[in-house]
Amino acid sequence: MESESIYDRPPGMRQRFSRALENPTVLGLLFVAPAELLLLVFLAYPFVLGIWLGFTDTIVGRQGHYIGWQNYIDLVNDTQFWLTAFNTFFYTVIAVILKAVLGIGLAVVLNRDFKAKGLVRAIVLLPWIIPTALSALCFWWLYDATFSGISWALVRLGIIDHYINFLGDPWNARWSLIAANVWRGVPFFTIGLLAGLQTISPDLYEAADIDGAGSWKKFRRITLPLLTPLLTVVTVFSTIWTFADFQLVWIITKGGPAGATHIFGTLSYERAMQGGHFGMGAAISNFMLPVLVICVLIAFMFLKKED
Amino acid sequence: MAEVRLENVCKHYDKVVAVDNFNLSIQDKEFVVLVGPSGCGKTTTLRMIAGLETITSGRIFIGDRLINDLPAKERNIAMVFQNYALYPHMTVRDNIAFSLEMRKRPKEEIEQRVREAADILGIEHLLDRKPKQLSGGQRQRVAVGRAIVRKPEVFLFDEPLSNLDAKLRVQTRLELKKLHERLATTAVYVTHDQVEAMTMGDRIVVMKDGLIQQVGSPMELYNTPANRFVAGFIGSPAMNFFEAELAGGTDGLCLQSGEVRLDLLPEQCRRLERYGRKRILVGIRPEDFRPCERHEQGQTISGEVEVVEPVGNETYVNFRAGELNLIAAVGRKTIVQAHTRMVLQPAMEHLHLFDIDSGKSISK
Ligand SMILES: Nc1ncnc2c1ncn2[C@@H]1O[C@H](COP(=O)(O)OP(=O)(O)OP(=O)(O)O)[C@@H](O)[C@H]1O
Ligand SMILES: [Mg+2]
Repeated sequence: MESESIYDRPPGMRQRFSRALENPTVLGLLFVAPAELLLLVFLAYPFVLGIWLGFTDTIVGRQGHYIGWQNYIDLVNDTQFWLTAFNTFFYTVIAVILKAVLGIGLAVVLNRDFKAKGLVRAIVLLPWIIPTALSALCFWWLYDATFSGISWALVRLGIIDHYINFLGDPWNARWSLIAANVWRGVPFFTIGLLAGLQTISPDLYEAADIDGAGSWKKFRRITLPLLTPLLTVVTVFSTIWTFADFQLVWIITKGGPAGATHIFGTLSYERAMQGGHFGMGAAISNFMLPVLVICVLIAFMFLKKED
Repeated sequence: MAEVRLENVCKHYDKVVAVDNFNLSIQDKEFVVLVGPSGCGKTTTLRMIAGLETITSGRIFIGDRLINDLPAKERNIAMVFQNYALYPHMTVRDNIAFSLEMRKRPKEEIEQRVREAADILGIEHLLDRKPKQLSGGQRQRVAVGRAIVRKPEVFLFDEPLSNLDAKLRVQTRLELKKLHERLATTAVYVTHDQVEAMTMGDRIVVMKDGLIQQVGSPMELYNTPANRFVAGFIGSPAMNFFEAELAGGTDGLCLQSGEVRLDLLPEQCRRLERYGRKRILVGIRPEDFRPCERHEQGQTISGEVEVVEPVGNETYVNFRAGELNLIAAVGRKTIVQAHTRMVLQPAMEHLHLFDIDSGKSISK
């Protein structure tokens, strides 16, 4: 028998292609390719460039040369840098803790049944929707040495007798920045956790009622454990954003007074953009990298566990 | 000692009356079942006893304590929820131990009582698992374990078997009944399944639209239903109902509905003469029909068989006699063919008679 069926023929280009598409790995890669390409162009390129710049003495208007670890050595011997590192960690740790605590509290309160629930929830979201630059400007006014609304109100209430020097004193300035950051960041926690709270079955609380648990025990033994995975993810994201913050600090204090409130983001910007030392600026930014990588790893681990 | 007493208890949600003037006295160690169609207020009643729902009016007592304003945790009750409501992040052991921990019992006592409860329910090997790793039946046991470990004064069950498959449900209901005998604790059990109610309850409360229809032992409800609703709700297949005219018969009275005529027993005649009205509602249970050879007007019903439903131990025969569609349950040995004529004799002494308008029984 010499008859030749189409199945015996060697597969043509087209058939091979369609067969390859049946493979989930190939198909998957193909689907994510456009997104990957975008990420490569807009994220990976600047990222690699930043790392490279950190090893050069590039200044504005001049091609730099490779200088090895010199930028980093200079930084380690720079007191301004160490102050900045302290500020960044202080700012991040305190602000994130405050945001988490206030965010959970607010979420629990908003999860209750009350009138105009939707409206109040929308209002809570406002600080997060307003452009940061705008809210930062408002805080700048509120903290102004002569026009401060806060000082004015406190004086009027008779709590203090002269205006507070919010931004002129290093510690006042640090706490003021933290307050502004907390105000802006709480809604992210609240809305995220509120979504989580709504997935907890009310039956569990009724069962706990009957089992004899009071409000605090119900929170500690039921709400918090069930919310932990979500809380971790939200906290990690918030940590990343706070750690890499720039806008709030730059607009409110510009790192002042006398460099006392610089964080990595603002110091890097000041050295690179205002001082023209691109290499040095990049090196400062690169110090953020390990911390952010650790945060991302934690988030990744938790997300994976949740699957 | 824990008897539960509900006096004129009402529950309103805005305009909806969920429970209306509920009066019931539950004895110590009694197993009372609340049964009724969906939305009749069973769960609401149970939740008011549990303290999960406020009471609009009326009073509830456990023992001698008025518990209207007592929070759930001070009522000394335990509840098994329909979907079990196990704490998903805790192991079975922690789930069962939770209520004891909340009451600050010493560690050794908790450990020992959890073990005891697990032993009774045969779930010792599951103690270290999370609820997610259990089958439906196992979860149900854990939920019961969580209730019994406390040794409460009253158990409350809200349809605890409705998430189990038919076979497991039958098995579990037997186990729950044994458990109740062993623990000898007052229990209130909610179900919409009349078979479950009949098999488990010492007493059954039939509810409809928030109102108690009848309270009684399973056989009381079956033999002497107080109204048309209870008569139709208890028993499976449901009772046959038809309206009939009272007419003069050979001697005494007879029921006439289309071409169907049934002579009444002398005692029934006397009662209906006193009752006075000419039209009544008649109820005959399917199992009160007996197949006959020969049709005899006044004694039997002759009709055409439409559908035959064998269920194994017996056979349900749907037949049509004139205007009436009736269902009869006959023994499995009786051979019945669809689309043939059949003669059936109702047991007149088990006939149920109701007022057409109110649906109230006039049999007794
Ligand atoms: N929170 C509520 N708000 C308004 N109406 C309610 C509420 N809870 C229950 N109801 C109403 O009260 C009535 C009784 O409800 P309940 O849950 O007690 O019924 P049920 O007998 O348990 O029914 P099922 O067998 O479906 O569980 C229903 O009409 C129901 O719609
Ligand atoms: Mg219910």
